[in-house]
Amino acid sequence: MMGLELKNLYDDFRDADTIKAYAQIIKEDALKLPKPINIMEVCGGHTHTIMKYGILQLLPSNIKFIHGPGCPVCIMPKERIDHAYVLAEQKDVILVTLGDMIKVPGSKGSLQDARSKGADVRFVYSPMDCLKIARENPSSKVIFFAIGFETTTPMTAALLDNVIKNGIKNIYFHINHVTVPEAMSALLADEDNNKSTTSVVPAPSEAEAAHPRNKINAFLGPSHVSVITGSKIYEEFPRDFHMPVVVAGFEPVDVMQSISMIVKQFVEGRCELEVEYKRAVTYEGNLKAQELINKYFEKADKFRWRGLGDIPKSGLKLRDAFKEFDAEILYKNILPTQEINDHKLCICGDILRGKASPPECTIFGTACKPTSPIGSCMVSSEGACAAYYKYGNLV
Amino acid sequence: MTKTISLACGNGGEENNELISKVFYKAFKNEILEKSEDAAIIHGGALAFSTDSFTVSPLFFSGGDIGKLAVCGTCNDLAMMGAAPKYLTCSVIIEEGFELEQLEHIVASMKKELSINGAIVVSGDTKVVPRGSVDKIFINTTGIGEVLQKGISSNNITEEDVILLNRDIGCHGATIFATREGIEMSSSLQSDCTSLFPHVQALINANIKITAMRDATRGGVSAVLNEWAKQSNICIEVEEEKIPVSDEVKGICEMLGFEATALANEGTFLLALKKEDADAACEILRAFNPHAQMIGIVTNRHAKKVILKSAWGTSRFLETPTGELLPRIC
Repeated sequence: MMGLELKNLYDDFRDADTIKAYAQIIKEDALKLPKPINIMEVCGGHTHTIMKYGILQLLPSNIKFIHGPGCPVCIMPKERIDHAYVLAEQKDVILVTLGDMIKVPGSKGSLQDARSKGADVRFVYSPMDCLKIARENPSSKVIFFAIGFETTTPMTAALLDNVIKNGIKNIYFHINHVTVPEAMSALLADEDNNKSTTSVVPAPSEAEAAHPRNKINAFLGPSHVSVITGSKIYEEFPRDFHMPVVVAGFEPVDVMQSISMIVKQFVEGRCELEVEYKRAVTYEGNLKAQELINKYFEKADKFRWRGLGDIPKSGLKLRDAFKEFDAEILYKNILPTQEINDHKLCICGDILRGKASPPECTIFGTACKPTSPIGSCMVSSEGACAAYYKYGNLV
Repeated sequence: MTKTISLACGNGGEENNELISKVFYKAFKNEILEKSEDAAIIHGGALAFSTDSFTVSPLFFSGGDIGKLAVCGTCNDLAMMGAAPKYLTCSVIIEEGFELEQLEHIVASMKKELSINGAIVVSGDTKVVPRGSVDKIFINTTGIGEVLQKGISSNNITEEDVILLNRDIGCHGATIFATREGIEMSSSLQSDCTSLFPHVQALINANIKITAMRDATRGGVSAVLNEWAKQSNICIEVEEEKIPVSDEVKGICEMLGFEATALANEGTFLLALKKEDADAACEILRAFNPHAQMIGIVTNRHAKKVILKSAWGTSRFLETPTGELLPRIC
């Protein structure tokens, strides 16, 4: 019997002929579009796919993309990066976080800088690696600086579950988990973004479409979020905002198919929530993971997003019963509280709100590069600026 | 540049280049050094001269160990300049408490690899430092080679040249990473760590005129292509589907979010030569590895840039890798 190999998970979804076939279908359907459309890919992972595989080069001129705020590293405001820096500076602390987080500059520098000055900062692929670090360093306090959307939250919850069940005394959490639908609503509530809520599927005028800015007509929803939450979290968008949503996978064939599904909705006058990534997304999602999240987390009143500002109920915090593990409470006296704004030339905020594209920034690729980032969008592998810088734009 | 040295400064990519040019080139500036070749060409073009230090962790990995790597690394740098490796120095820094048996194993690997290259160690140094001052063992080798074909240089590639690759890419980086992360693959993934002089000798013996060669170590194939594009002021256009990547390496890249083109290699090299010699060179290289092939052409589309073309007709830049790729890969 043939086993399932890793390559089965991606080979077919990068197939050249399938991609070309979808490009042709989209091109033909786009001729029937009543007006040009702007699709926001909410997630930085999709931005990355779009740039890496040159998907913009395959689209007709009446379909444009607006890059969204879904990059957990990009939306982290400087004061929270300073939290990580200050925690890492403590003599008995090992600060653990995920990949790109160590490169983002706060007001004191990045975690990478902190480490080169002697702080013990480690990055892991799985939060569970904290268990090993804590075991090997019993006299240190291991603080997991938890970041990410609904996708990564269950792993943080699972780590806490493990810590409690095994009575581990030296693992703490600094929680920066945020949620996608609240950010999408905030973008639409933004006055400039706001659409008329007539019963017709709205589409911008041609003049507006020439400068797509923030005139969002449809969303590509991140599939990995929905693997956990189910597709149900996006129901409100077609219903209340007349905004089609297609939950899309991250391979180029997934993205092309999802674009085609959105175009068909406009051509056929539909406005629906559809799932392209059917191979892993259900309506309800992963109930076990949701249960674990609900056990340990609750909504915080607000989370301050870089670029988007305070968004009510968009962040998570540990429930009161688990505050003994909350580094933000334990280290309250040393953590800076003042909000810090970005460098005045940096337009990450506008980019995260879908109001500007990276090449419009005056310091893009000059003062701000992946090796010397000024804004977070240039740091993260999911950041829009990093994607533009890395893959260029050869259209 | 930052005020302290970060791990990214040793990545073989962007930050590494910045450190080298702003600190070392600035201080040591001279005509030979500024050519930025794999090995310096000295003594009227007759000799190639190069040095390399090895800090790989783990010391032993599938397909090699730090000893084999220490000889391959320096000898390959000489071979890439069309030189036959002749004389090496070997300098080791050992941590107190290191097991003699492991040291003997490492030295035996070095001996074996020296014989493949036809080189000998003619001078050495040994330092033992207190526990914690170094992690187990670091090795430096320096080598002198006799230039067999003159004029090979990364600064001379033109639009008359095409770009060849000797094998599938990324095996060393993927192996080291999988070992460190404890990823067990039911597969034959192993480092490509190999001496490349036999390949070079075969090409030269067949009277192939080589424009440039470079082994794709830290920073991988994308670093070499970008270095060439900048040094020779050319545009290199590569067809992505022609770059061979094994299923195992692709799998590691998928799991960990790497690009195979940025992964380190220790027996993989790129070759620039005139188009008319490409078929003959490919055939010679295929005797060593069946995946050898022509992967790209040289144009003037975007000077100093590398363009990667997809099978579905789109194209993008392939940039020099940045960030903390993988410390202690070699």
